Amino acid sequence: MKVIVCIKQVPNTNEVKLDQKTGTLIREGVPSIINPDDKAGLEAALKLKDQFGARVTVLSMGPPQADAALREALAMGVDEAVLISDRAFGGADTWATSSTLAAAIRKLEYDIIITGRQAIDGDTAQVGPQISEHLGIPNISYAEGIEVKDGHITVKRQYEDRYHMIRAKLPCLITALSELGEPRYMTPSGIFDAWQREIPVWTRSDLTIDDSSIGLNGSPTRVKRSFTKAVKGKGTVITLEPEESAGWLADRLSEKFII
Amino acid sequence: MNIKEYKGVFVFAQQVDNKLAGVSFELLGKGRDLAKDLGCDVTAVLLGSGVEPLCASLTEYGADRVILVDDPALATYMTEPYAHALSEVLKKYKPEIVLYGATAIGRDLAPRVSARVHTGLTADCTGLDIEPETQHLLMTRPAFGGNIMATIICAEFRPQMATVRPGVMQRREPDASAPLKVERFEVKDLASRANVDILDIVKKVSGKMDIQDAKILVSGGRGMGGPENFTILEALAKVLGGTISSSRAAVDAGWVEKDRQVGQTGKTVRPKLYIACGISGAIQHLAGMEESDLIVAINKDPGAPIFEVADFGLVGDLFKIVPLFTEAVKKAIAKKATA
Repeated sequence: MKVIVCIKQVPNTNEVKLDQKTGTLIREGVPSIINPDDKAGLEAALKLKDQFGARVTVLSMGPPQADAALREALAMGVDEAVLISDRAFGGADTWATSSTLAAAIRKLEYDIIITGRQAIDGDTAQVGPQISEHLGIPNISYAEGIEVKDGHITVKRQYEDRYHMIRAKLPCLITALSELGEPRYMTPSGIFDAWQREIPVWTRSDLTIDDSSIGLNGSPTRVKRSFTKAVKGKGTVITLEPEESAGWLADRLSEKFII
Repeated sequence: MNIKEYKGVFVFAQQVDNKLAGVSFELLGKGRDLAKDLGCDVTAVLLGSGVEPLCASLTEYGADRVILVDDPALATYMTEPYAHALSEVLKKYKPEIVLYGATAIGRDLAPRVSARVHTGLTADCTGLDIEPETQHLLMTRPAFGGNIMATIICAEFRPQMATVRPGVMQRREPDASAPLKVERFEVKDLASRANVDILDIVKKVSGKMDIQDAKILVSGGRGMGGPENFTILEALAKVLGGTISSSRAAVDAGWVEKDRQVGQTGKTVRPKLYIACGISGAIQHLAGMEESDLIVAINKDPGAPIFEVADFGLVGDLFKIVPLFTEAVKKAIAKKATA
């Protein structure tokens, strides 16, 4: 069984702060991490390795520093890592990102492809389903549990008010929710090995893909502008004794005909 | 691609168990605004089995026309039959804009369709406008967990597609006199498109009101200290005729169910009144509730960011203030009843 996991290195957005004066993001000192949903996907793949001896390959498309995310995955126990990196891939939207990743995946053998549901910097949840479309294989999104048996995968697929148990013949792509598993820690020997390893870098010339499907030029969408939200005017803040506070608030809501 | 060939605003009218999702009506409301600016019609695309009776309410809420693909293969949502049927509709009718709800269905279907018909897709939009000079769709969405907003365009491909979070756009008043216009669209061999089997469907039972439907939300965060303390919020919610919700911290701690969570990774809400108790107001939380009509914050930390967006802020001990406030509300209601 061959499993491919696509991961993205992201800034830890929980630690991104706004510069109140300039309204810009303070990204300095914000650590880069493996996107949390992707890490749950890694854990799911490693469980398949534990269970069936599956061979796990991790891919990441990104700048050269995404190498660190791949080494972390190696230290967790994946077998192989490939970095997909070239200036020509830069500025890609989800369409161009997914077509580039699909071109890389076509060079490999696979039974199961796992992506995280969404990345915490973009929150789009689009790249996984788009990769499966480019490859022409089924996808099952929002996986909170998986079981593999007899060349089929059964996925517990989450919806807002229910879940479906869905069975698909392999190959199949799934997008992972954090419920799929608490990611394991890197092992000391794994860390040591991971930093010794050579991680291959696939560039533009390694992929069979049209220029019109990669990078900024292959992206149907563009960012026209970005901005920080206008802060709404501050309301009234009071510090009174509890009884007075409660009465004051009841009066305000009464004035507004809410109670 | 000759983008001039593409006309009209299309809305994917999501239904589950032959009931329309609320976001479908919200998209029709927004779709009407966009269609007015473009001088075109709004079309709802309805996929399902035995769903023709739903066409009337889509019309009342703003669809000039409903394109109906009614097929037993579409009875329960499955990615491939839905993606195929919708792609066929888009290829035939060539709309300029297609809107989807950013739901567990929309966020699976829309990317699959965008890759198939080769066009752009913008996720989780909170603002949609037409650029007057170019007539392009301006799609505004939060990024970096709500820290910044980005406006996205899709200038050279059609249709321009976007998913929109439920609860962000406003539905319009239904118009019962709007004329019903339904076009049936057949897609051949849809059943053979299914490439997965659904073995089981398990619905979660929640006795509580959906937080996106609630007019009043009493919300608790880390400052609640534990699950048992939510009873004081339940009591307040009951008196006000609302329900309880929470921040991510309270969900992650296991104090409340995930379906109660407001924020970037939870639900977007815009109730008439939102009372935040013991919620500091991380930007991810604010992204999910700042469009509420009236925001009240109760927190012991005067520096909590929640006070920046609150209309009324009370600095103090919520465990003392909330029960007293519940009593005050009861009194006020009783007084009004006798007045």
